[in-house]
Amino acid sequence: MDLAFTKEEQAFREEVREFFRDNVPPDTRRKLVEGRHLSKDEMVTWWRILNKKGWGVSHWPKQYGGTGWTSVQHYIFNEELQSYPAPQPLAFGVSMVGPVIYTFGNEEQKKQYLPRIANVDDWWCQGFSEPGSGSDLASLKTKAERKGDKWIINGQKTWTTLAQHADMIFCLCRTDPTAKKQMGISFIVFSMKSKGVTVRPIQTIDGGVEVNEVFFDDVEVPYENLIGEENKGWDYAKFLLGNERTGIARVGVSKERLRRIRDLASKVESGGKPIIQDAAFREKLAACEIELKALELTQLRVVADEGKHGKGKPNPASSVLKIKGSEIQQTTTELLMEVIGPFAAPYDVHGDDGSNEAMDWTGQIAPSYFNNRKVSIYGGSNEIQRNIIAKAVLGL
Amino acid sequence: MDFDLNEEQRLLKESIDGLLTDSYDFESRKKYMKEKGGWSRTVWGKLAEQGLLGLPFAEADGGFGGGGVETMIVMEALGKALVLEPYLATVVIGGGFLRHAGSDAQKAAHVPGIVDGSKTLAFAQLEKNSRYDLFDVTTTAKKKGDGWVIDGEKFVVLNGENADTLIVTARTKGDRRDKSGIGVFLVPANAKGVTRKSYPTQDGLHAADITFTGVEVGADAALGNPDDSLALIERVVDEARIALCAEAVGLMDESLKSTVEYIKTRKQFGVAIGSFQSLQHRASDMFVAAEQARSMSMFATMAGDFEDAKERSSAVAAAKVQIGKSLKFVGQQAIQLHGGIGMTMEAKIGHYFKRLTMIENSFGDTDYHQRRVADGGGLI
Repeated sequence: MDLAFTKEEQAFREEVREFFRDNVPPDTRRKLVEGRHLSKDEMVTWWRILNKKGWGVSHWPKQYGGTGWTSVQHYIFNEELQSYPAPQPLAFGVSMVGPVIYTFGNEEQKKQYLPRIANVDDWWCQGFSEPGSGSDLASLKTKAERKGDKWIINGQKTWTTLAQHADMIFCLCRTDPTAKKQMGISFIVFSMKSKGVTVRPIQTIDGGVEVNEVFFDDVEVPYENLIGEENKGWDYAKFLLGNERTGIARVGVSKERLRRIRDLASKVESGGKPIIQDAAFREKLAACEIELKALELTQLRVVADEGKHGKGKPNPASSVLKIKGSEIQQTTTELLMEVIGPFAAPYDVHGDDGSNEAMDWTGQIAPSYFNNRKVSIYGGSNEIQRNIIAKAVLGL
Repeated sequence: MDFDLNEEQRLLKESIDGLLTDSYDFESRKKYMKEKGGWSRTVWGKLAEQGLLGLPFAEADGGFGGGGVETMIVMEALGKALVLEPYLATVVIGGGFLRHAGSDAQKAAHVPGIVDGSKTLAFAQLEKNSRYDLFDVTTTAKKKGDGWVIDGEKFVVLNGENADTLIVTARTKGDRRDKSGIGVFLVPANAKGVTRKSYPTQDGLHAADITFTGVEVGADAALGNPDDSLALIERVVDEARIALCAEAVGLMDESLKSTVEYIKTRKQFGVAIGSFQSLQHRASDMFVAAEQARSMSMFATMAGDFEDAKERSSAVAAAKVQIGKSLKFVGQQAIQLHGGIGMTMEAKIGHYFKRLTMIENSFGDTDYHQRRVADGGGLI
């Protein structure tokens, strides 16, 4: 047992840190620190910088543009990326559909899609959830009917994140209505520009538009856009969802936010002195930091285990990551609400042009608190995670 | 970075787990509690035979040169089996003082007896009003000739009833809460002027309140610098806290395991109660709490070797906070999920709960350590 990183790993951390320092556009970083939404251009610009460096799809196999890093290197990269902070790669392309295509797709599909995912020439979105299929995803109804060399797709997806920017969608569609619910689903990809695709934005409680409803009305899709085998889509979806086990804890994100809380709390006054001098606040902050330290260690245990024994068998501790990671993220936004106090109320009257440094940070605190309620809901709600632990780990 | 045990450590774990599986089921434990002093000399002898009592001592001193990880392995196993024997008091704390501050003569006088199991120790530190502050000491050690005269009262001294030698914190200079002027002294338990009032503790261990009235000890009684040993005390107590974290992890593992077994077998409304989602989620939360505790126990174990004392104590404090929160949740929910049977002395789960509860209040509770982390500027 040894907690220390090797010299090589420490040097790698320095290299990554320096690259972020020199290459993340300062305005992009500032907006992330303040919890603001980035424009499509700002995100794509950064991802192309990352891809040019060769780090855009770091965890992919080398032949498709990956880096061949160890699990520990991936961990360090993610932590530095999250805590700098810089925008994370677009998960829908890089972490979700990319691995499905290079694992189950044919050569033609790999050639056609993978380089474009890496360079974000196509912005991908995920067509999984439906109005009636949330946690019970396999009950989905969107239908793809074979007609000659085409699929005809009808139905509706929802909670489709950033679909307003998307060029492509990967979609779970029912292709065999007679089969048992998990068995008749296929994994089909197609252009969001296809005739019959309508995107309707959903405004969330923070006031922003991250998610959308997507309607399919007799959308015609070439048959060869099926990934893998017909009616095996559920297996690919499970593969996709199981891929991202350690990033979900978002330890780096919470670390950055805790540093920011400490910083702000030493500036903002309460009772004539900085809030950080208030013992009750300080202890709440310490409590959150301790929880995060424990989570970081749990994550390191999972990472070290994957590094040693491969990703085949999930470490039981990995189930903890989603639950604790989301709870801690939510606590950090609660602490920010405490720091800001009565100035939580105004809408973002100061804008984000950097002209009013003293107040710029206040605008997004309440929206960010509202927005972060999502983290215990998405990616398998925390209640679903508890079901998973009960069944897969405890055997209940 | 590596969280796996090496080959020797795996063997150590197998050997102690094997020993305790053979000799420490719940029924045997009840018998050991009734033996003189409340624990089993036979088991203690077996621990000595396997080299576990000499584990952390240097080979030159007759030990086996084990480090923090080895102690963690042993303490987890002792926790899992709910062991009564005074390993913490004798090997971890007593041994810690001797290892870090003992002169060659002091080590020669005390270590062999610990290693072969013939002698046990106790740490007389807590005072009526000191609570968790290690520097809050009113017991005095006044110079007399080459030696000292010790006067004062110590409370809840674990293994105080049985120990052959007491390790006593006492003030040689200054006022009650001064951080300097504190010494650590080896005092024979049968010295003139030592009175012990013994009693069983809530968790089935034994402790004593001890009065020192004009107890005379020689020049060789002082461990380290008699005028300035707070740093030594803090180091050894940090090691005790680390050991308690590991013991708690063992206790939580077993509590969770037996709770899950229970709800799989207990039937109500014609089905196992473990099929109810409300209970499944509670058990899942217990698992989460236990895993977070395990992570911090490992962190604390590795922090034990940090060179910077401030960094070490902040890490250990953080671990004690996590363990405190986890053990309270796991312990309470284990009782809740066992239902009525969990309330009885007959079922073993209550005894795990009681030991866990006592650990929270040993060497600083959750609030105490959380304040330490907060006042020290945090962890991130």
